[in-house]
Amino acid sequence: MKNKSLVSINDFNREEHIRILDLAGNFERRPRQKILEDYVVATLFFEPSTRTRLSFESAATRLGARVIGFSEPGSSSVQKGESLRDTIRTVSNYADIIVMRHPKEGSARFASEVSKVPVINAGDGANQHPTQTLLDLYSIRKTQGTLDNLNIAFIGDLKYGRTVHSLTMALCNYNTTFHLVSPAELKLPSSVKMHIKEKKLGYHQYTDMSEVIPKVDILYMTRIQKERFQDPMEYEKVKNSYILRNAMLDDAKANLRILHPLPRVNEITYDVDDNPKAYYFTQALNGVFVRQALLAAILGVVE
Amino acid sequence: MEKTEQRKELKVSAIENGTVIDHIPSHSVYQVLRILNLTEYNDQLLIATNLESQKMGKKGIIKVSNKFFKSDEINKIALVAPSATLILIKNFGVSEKKTVEIPSKVEKIVRCFNPNCITNAEEITTSFDVVNKDDLKLRCHYCEKITAKDNMTFK
Repeated sequence: MKNKSLVSINDFNREEHIRILDLAGNFERRPRQKILEDYVVATLFFEPSTRTRLSFESAATRLGARVIGFSEPGSSSVQKGESLRDTIRTVSNYADIIVMRHPKEGSARFASEVSKVPVINAGDGANQHPTQTLLDLYSIRKTQGTLDNLNIAFIGDLKYGRTVHSLTMALCNYNTTFHLVSPAELKLPSSVKMHIKEKKLGYHQYTDMSEVIPKVDILYMTRIQKERFQDPMEYEKVKNSYILRNAMLDDAKANLRILHPLPRVNEITYDVDDNPKAYYFTQALNGVFVRQALLAAILGVVE
Repeated sequence: MEKTEQRKELKVSAIENGTVIDHIPSHSVYQVLRILNLTEYNDQLLIATNLESQKMGKKGIIKVSNKFFKSDEINKIALVAPSATLILIKNFGVSEKKTVEIPSKVEKIVRCFNPNCITNAEEITTSFDVVNKDDLKLRCHYCEKITAKDNMTFK
């Protein structure tokens, strides 16, 4: 993995995914290890994403690295009209690794081709966000003890959510049974379903979430955004059908855990937070360990 | 029958050496010229469109003197002219006949249909993997979105 860019979840194979998860486990046990003291990590956020940026910067700082970069394009040369090509070429002189978030799809792949140093994609438009997928895999394995043969439900906006798409693709390597719950307008795109079918895995589609809850090991919640609906009346009709309340969890399996990529708006009520099945804030913490593992592995300071 | 064939052929004069690209859909002739960089060609180039064709109704034909294309170069035209046939001419005679094949990778000539793709924001050479040859579908190397035949435009 040394010097390898991570742009798309498929850039790393199953063995490499497992390797990162194992390494992340080491960092969970010992989060402060000054193994990157001589390194500079650049975080280039061409669009703001506070949570992802802080998670990466926390990971880098806990390993002793210095962090340089910008948190929005307004405070960088981008505002002066500099091309992505030139920004990346310049910054790759200053840093040992680049973490970038950019509103255009494909920007991270392009950056990885013009950069002298490896690039980690922290989100390129609606395309890929592979570190989110790895932290989701880590959270699933951590709570279930395995990634194999699980029943996983995705709830909400399955059409536009890139988190759901990448995680679905990654889970296709682990004999997952998928339970897809969404309004008719926001079903999982056929291009993603194609991956499930190729691996001959089971998937079931629902519009009602209540019947799914007793069947599954993981409930992956997502936010439904009003602007995704052409007809605002349709949104009004469905908006309350995809809200998880604590009382709905009575029949859930003991090992069920609830994940959410955050930010949450109203799709999980606050009374769920105190239920031991709620895992979304720990999931966010796991993101730091996974990013520590990625920085260390790509910079080649761990075997 | 033989006589009519001959008369048709004569609508565009013969070349001594080079390549004849026949059976091009009439509306694709100019695209083929662009894709093959023939708009700046400085040897003899004969172009005809809307010729009658038994096979296609109307067809176009391009005759390029003293030029023999490499297969990965000529295969690019398969995206706009899958029906094209190639005739290599040596000393006014047919030396070889070929058809074009859709390549497995397409570079430069196609624009990604995704308006939010980085290749439409900066000057970047586009690159696609052909994921379906029968029902033409190209996956962008950058944004990973599929550009299909219906929304394909050329640079």
